[in-house]
Amino acid sequence: MAIGEATSDSQAEGTGVEPAASGAGEGAGEAAHRQAVRRKWLLLAPALAILVFAASGPLLIVLVYSFLSPGPYGGVEWAFSTEGWFRVFFTRDIFDDTVGPADAHLSIFWRSVQLSVLTTLLAFLFGFPTAYFIATRERNREVWLFLITIPFWTNLLIRTFAIMEVIRNEGIINTALIALGLIEQPIQILFTDFSILLGMTYVYLPLMVLPLYASMDKIDFRLVEAAYDLYATRWQALRRVIFPLVKPGVIAGSILVFIPSLGAYVTPRVLGGGKNLMVGNLIELQFGQGRNWPLGAALSITLLVIVMVALILYVRNASRSGAEHG
Amino acid sequence: MASTTDVGTRPGPGPGVDTGTTQPRRRRPFSVKRLPGFATVAILCFVMLYAPIFTLVVYSFNDGTSIAIWEGFSWRWYEAAWANEQVKEASVRSVVIASFASLIATTVATMAALATTRSRNFKGQTAVYAMINQPLMVPEIVTGVALLIFFALIKVATGYTGLAYLVAAHTAFCIPFAYLPIRARLESMDLSLETAAADLYATPWMAFRRITLPLLWPGILAGLMLAFVISLDDVVITEFVKSAGQDTLPTYMLGQLRRVVTPEMNAISTVFFSISVALVTVFFFLSRRRR
Repeated sequence: MAIGEATSDSQAEGTGVEPAASGAGEGAGEAAHRQAVRRKWLLLAPALAILVFAASGPLLIVLVYSFLSPGPYGGVEWAFSTEGWFRVFFTRDIFDDTVGPADAHLSIFWRSVQLSVLTTLLAFLFGFPTAYFIATRERNREVWLFLITIPFWTNLLIRTFAIMEVIRNEGIINTALIALGLIEQPIQILFTDFSILLGMTYVYLPLMVLPLYASMDKIDFRLVEAAYDLYATRWQALRRVIFPLVKPGVIAGSILVFIPSLGAYVTPRVLGGGKNLMVGNLIELQFGQGRNWPLGAALSITLLVIVMVALILYVRNASRSGAEHG
Repeated sequence: MASTTDVGTRPGPGPGVDTGTTQPRRRRPFSVKRLPGFATVAILCFVMLYAPIFTLVVYSFNDGTSIAIWEGFSWRWYEAAWANEQVKEASVRSVVIASFASLIATTVATMAALATTRSRNFKGQTAVYAMINQPLMVPEIVTGVALLIFFALIKVATGYTGLAYLVAAHTAFCIPFAYLPIRARLESMDLSLETAAADLYATPWMAFRRITLPLLWPGILAGLMLAFVISLDDVVITEFVKSAGQDTLPTYMLGQLRRVVTPEMNAISTVFFSISVALVTVFFFLSRRRR
C-alpha cells in the first residue's frame, strides 16, 4: 500500500519536472505546446458537438420558449410574453382579473421538496448502516458491494413496477395480511404520498449507499480505537469520530438522492396514480393535456434553478470541508 | 526492496511495538468496527432491496393471473410476451438505439478522455468537464422537455421523423457514463510504456494503436457496457423525444402500467432484469481485473 503511494508520488514528481524542461527551449516548446492544445480540442470536438446538440443547447431554447405565448394546440406563438413565468407563481381570476398566488403550482413544488427531503432522510437512515456494514466486512466485501450495485443498474421502471406489485391492493402484502386475518379490507398503500416516498427511497437507496461506502472505506480505524481507548461510548465514537470522517460521503449521497427525487417523473407517475403529482409530472402536463408550453418551459427552468442552487451549495460545502480536513 | 525498507523503518518506537503489547490484553470479542444494530439494518436493507424483485420474478412463472396467489408453475406469460408483436418491435428498437448510442458515445468519450487526462490544466477545462457531466446534473425531465421542443423545431423544418433523434438524445446522455470508466483507466495507466515506444521511434499513431489502446481496452469495454445499459434503461427522455410508433421497451412498459397489469409484464421485466444483471456482472469483472 505505502509502496504504491510512493511510486505514484515519484511519478507525479516526474511529470512535475516536465514544464521546467520544456521551458528551456523557448520557440520549439511553444510551437509544440500550441500543436498539443489544438490536438486536444480536435479530440474533444465530437463529444462536445453531440452534447451541445442534444443536451446543453436545447436548454437555451427552453429559456427562450418560457418567454413566448402558448399556441392554441400546443407549441408556441412567436410573441414575447411573461405570462408563462407569471403563471408559475400567480393565478389570474377569469372573471375579475384579480391576482392571487398560484396555489396549485406552489403546493406541488412544496410537496416535491418535502417528499425529496424525506426520501433523502430515509435513504440516509437505511443507507448509513448498510454502507458501514459493507465497509467493515473482512471478507466478501466485493460481493456485498456488488449486491448494492445490481439494483443501481437495474431499470428504474422495473424496480418501480416491482414495488407497485408488492404494495397494491391485490399485492402480496395485502393478500398475506388478509390471509392471516389481521385486516379485512386491503390497506390502500398504492396511489398515496407514502407510496411515492417508499418507491423513491427504494429506487434511490443505492445512490446513497455507494458514496457513503466510498468514504467509509477510507476510515482509519485506529482513530476509532483511540476514541474507545479514551473511554468513548459507541454512540460517541460514531457521532464524534466516524461521522465527521465520512461527512463528504454523506453530503455527496444526499445530493445524489435529493436531485433525482426532486425531478422524479416515473416513480410519482406510476405510484402516485396521476393524482399525487410532483414537479416532473406538472411539467409533463403542460406539454401534454395542458397545452401550455411556455408555462411548462418556465416550470422546467425553475426546477433547474433549484437543482443548480442545491449543487452549488454542495460544491461550496464540499470544498470547505475538504479545506478543513486538508 | 520493498520489504527491506519496511523492516528498516519499523524497529523504532512505531506502531508495530504498540500493537504487539496491546493485542494480548484486548478481549477478543470487542471489535472496534462493530456498531450495535447496524448489521441488522443492513441485512433488512438488502432484503428490502431484493424482496420486490424476487417477488416479481417468481410471479412471472405463475400459472394464474394473480400477482399474489400462487397457482402453479408455467411459461405461459413468457409465451404471451414472445408472441406480442408490440413487445418484439419495442425490444428490437431498444437494442438498435442502445447499440448505436453506446458505440458512438464510447468512441467520442474515448477521444475526450484522451484529450482531458494525463496533461496539465488547460484553458476551458472546467467548462469542458461541466459540459461532459451536464447530463448527470440536469434533471431528466428538463432535458426531455428541452429535446422535445428542439427536435419539434427540426422535425417541422426538415420533415424527418426517424430514429436519429432518439439515437442523438441517447448518445448525449451516455457520454458521461462512457467517459468516467475510460478516464479512470487512463489515469491509472503507466506512462513509461508509451514513452518507451516513442523512444523506439514509434509514430504517435503506432504508439497509440499498439500500446495505449490495448491497455485501455478494458476501460473502453466497461464504458461501452455502461452506456449500453444506461441507454436501454432510459424512460423519461425517450418518452419525450419519441415520435408516434417509436416506443422502446421501457416506454412501452410505462404505457402498459396505466392499464390492468398481467404477469406478462413480470415476464418482460424478468428478461430485462436478467440482461441488465448479466451486463453489469461482465462490467464488474472487467473493471476489477488487473487493477
